[in-house]
Amino acid sequence: MSAPNYKPHLSRSEIFYPTFERKSGNKEVTHYCPGCGHGSLHKMIAESIQDLGINDRTIFVSPVGCSVFAYYYFDTGNIQAPHGRAPAVGTGAQRARPHSVVISYQGDGDLAAIGLNEILQAANRGEKMVVFFVNNAIYGMTGGQMAPTTLPGMRTTTTPMGRDTRLAGNPTRMCELISTLDAPIYVARGCLASPKHTMRTRKLVRKALKMQTEGKGFCFVEVLSACPTGWGMQPVDSHQWILDNMVPQFPLEIFVDKTDLDHDDYIPPKAPSPETFHEVIRIADAANQMAPAQPETKYKDPRIKVAGFGGQGVLLLGLGLAQCGMMEGRHVTWLPSYGPEMRGGTAHCHVNIADEEIGSPLISKPTVLVAMNQPSLTKFEGELVEGALVIMNSSMVPNKPKRKDLELLELPATAIAEELGNARAANMVVLGAYAGYTGVLSLETCLESLKTLIKRQALVDLNVKAITKGFEFGKAARG
Amino acid sequence: MASRPDRGRVEINADECKGCLLCVSVCPTQVLARTTNLNKQGYFSVGYTGSGCTGCGFCFYTCPEPGAITIRRLEKSA
Amino acid sequence: MATEAKRPPLLIKGNEAIVKGAVLAGCRTYFGYPITPASEIAEAAAKDFPAIGGTFIQAESETASINMVYGAASTGIRTMTASSGPGISLMQEGISYLACAELPCVVVSIMRGGPGLGNIGPEQGDYNQVVRIGGHGCYKNPVFAPSSGQEMCDLTMHAFEIADKYRTPVFVITDGFTGQMMEPVSFPDPIPLPPEKDWAVRADKETRENLISSIYIEHDELEEMNLKLQRKYAEIEKNEVLAEEFMVDDAEIVVVAYGIVSRVLRSTIRLARAEGIKVGMVRPISLWPFPKKQLEALAAKAQQMIVFELSNGQMVDDVRLSIHDNIPVRFYGRMGGNVPTPEECLDVIKRYAAEGGAK
Repeated sequence: MSAPNYKPHLSRSEIFYPTFERKSGNKEVTHYCPGCGHGSLHKMIAESIQDLGINDRTIFVSPVGCSVFAYYYFDTGNIQAPHGRAPAVGTGAQRARPHSVVISYQGDGDLAAIGLNEILQAANRGEKMVVFFVNNAIYGMTGGQMAPTTLPGMRTTTTPMGRDTRLAGNPTRMCELISTLDAPIYVARGCLASPKHTMRTRKLVRKALKMQTEGKGFCFVEVLSACPTGWGMQPVDSHQWILDNMVPQFPLEIFVDKTDLDHDDYIPPKAPSPETFHEVIRIADAANQMAPAQPETKYKDPRIKVAGFGGQGVLLLGLGLAQCGMMEGRHVTWLPSYGPEMRGGTAHCHVNIADEEIGSPLISKPTVLVAMNQPSLTKFEGELVEGALVIMNSSMVPNKPKRKDLELLELPATAIAEELGNARAANMVVLGAYAGYTGVLSLETCLESLKTLIKRQALVDLNVKAITKGFEFGKAARG
Repeated sequence: MASRPDRGRVEINADECKGCLLCVSVCPTQVLARTTNLNKQGYFSVGYTGSGCTGCGFCFYTCPEPGAITIRRLEKSA
Repeated sequence: MATEAKRPPLLIKGNEAIVKGAVLAGCRTYFGYPITPASEIAEAAAKDFPAIGGTFIQAESETASINMVYGAASTGIRTMTASSGPGISLMQEGISYLACAELPCVVVSIMRGGPGLGNIGPEQGDYNQVVRIGGHGCYKNPVFAPSSGQEMCDLTMHAFEIADKYRTPVFVITDGFTGQMMEPVSFPDPIPLPPEKDWAVRADKETRENLISSIYIEHDELEEMNLKLQRKYAEIEKNEVLAEEFMVDDAEIVVVAYGIVSRVLRSTIRLARAEGIKVGMVRPISLWPFPKKQLEALAAKAQQMIVFELSNGQMVDDVRLSIHDNIPVRFYGRMGGNVPTPEECLDVIKRYAAEGGAK
């Protein structure tokens, strides 16, 4: 009879570095305490990565906690993340490199306390990553403080009398929370406390990683795991403690398994060619350059304030003035009132049109005021320069300015626009009237600017008429 | 009479063992035990007592150290 | 720095010009959270990034945004986020990690009124937060301060180049007005994407051995890392200063202002010159590195400097340090969202002109 031949069956995974060179001290063994569950889970993950042949594609995100040094061990791409943020870091990495297999490996403090928002949101977006959640009911790295998963009555360094749930709340059940969301395709809880449970957990790990190789979606595997040091127990006792105390609190179930369902994948658009790039980002169509109008000196380089109710198209009118100025080769700025200010029902903007480079876009002393309603005139009359031009929408501004030095153009803009069929075109009546009255802009430029200003083709005709009517009114008023 | 050979064999890398004894507790055939060998980390390492291993692998998956335990299985002879 | 303008200008908001600049610079991922007055950046990014085959994600918080940036930057691609003061505060943790892990990215801060919730008016009260560092540890980050729509595009593009050149997070900061204002902007051609980075974790065989991390457990190793960062910062200080001078040649009074305030002062200086006051301006474009040398040279000729800010006086400290208080450094600030008028600034200049350069 020949000597029995024993073939290797289970041995050190090649996914672990041959020696742990990033670690100080003994480079043969992990930094984990005797009996710690992390090492066991590391081995299952390494085995699956090896069997699936995905180590080149894998980006392993280490958290803050005892597994902060997971990158000592895994011969994969490695990123170490800020505390609790591994799912956000993983999101960034996975979106940037869509072929990557992202592993977010987190403990209970990292994931269920400081990083609760990040994990829930990544789960809810269905990020393509697998999250391994090591639940040992305690903060290990910092020396045994209460974790979100600490059991009721359990003593930790920050619950010296035991966790009083009236004071410190109850344990957080992460699988149950996450399985309320629609996107995750696999949510399961395992445990490393007996051969049966350990071998079952190995299957959960493998399945979740396999789903990542297929780009299927978000998988979450929680693992109840011993922290003999933190719990002050012998390792063997700690396993019994998990079975007796943790499992009743954290049931070992598969909460979600949609891995067989067809996945409705988001497919991003293709990158445009360099030739079409500007078109795609909407900066290809510069407006035509127009011949500059030649205004009288007194109207040159206007500083215009346009004011009125929200809905009167005040901002668009300002934009039109600036757009026309730019098309005629002038320097221009347009500055809106913004934010909650606009929600109060009034709006104004500042428009500079100048031959020289413009300093302040904020106009403290306007040379032109467009008052679309009475409050605007009342509010801004006082800040105008001496002799400033006031274009008042006489349809809605019954009272003239109190100041006598101002040059007044009484323009029934709303009435003219209504005659044309739509009161909302009053702003374009003003644009035309300003051009016609001051000569700062040509009628051609105003009409040409509509190509940029008006997106809805159906409204172009109306606005052409409005500008033209306004221009005629302004020109006639000037005489 | 020669006893039948064990179906499996456990190899312990004594210097990588942290003496947690989890492998001892999960072994169905109780072929593992703590030894008096104080390894270079300062732990009494576990050793294979020499008979009855089935090669089940429970100790391998329970052991937290990547390279402390290797399992071999008996090759079926033709 | 300035990319050559090749196309006729478009009238566009500063905040949108930032996004155009970013995609033209080859940025392909944007992670952000809405906040006034920076929201147009996220809104424009939501349109433009997917359209060019890139990624836009609205994150759950600024904390998540900056960490998504951390993840994307780790893989070696150009990435960015944007926010305003309260959100930038939340990002500080991540910025510190990015700096230590030497990850390039661009962070835009459109400053609003603070502290606290403050308001959404323009302010420059976050100079210290961004320029003097708001996160933990011995790091710095380049900061560029646009004052026009064109610069919103150009300096964003420049920021990506600097970020990659030095492997560092780079800030673009400005105030709510420069973000909200529309001006003509000429957009350049897209710049070619930089080559793949050999230090990144790109999820491939070539880079499998790489680690992105900011942990150095051994004290000596962390000190060495810090010294490496300081050497890098010294290089940046030597090479990357940007500043604009305006009418300083014969200036007896040199004003220092950046962002929107420099625009106001440009008007003020024209008014002052018309009254015969010899005043000019230095506009720091890079707030760090700060244009110390330019200021030092001007301090040798001028009688005094006046720093105008929308704050309680933050940049003024850098001016003082730059010129060693060799001549008087005066300060005028507005806060709360108020922007001084050119005339108001003129009064300040006249008042200090009357006092002269005596200490």
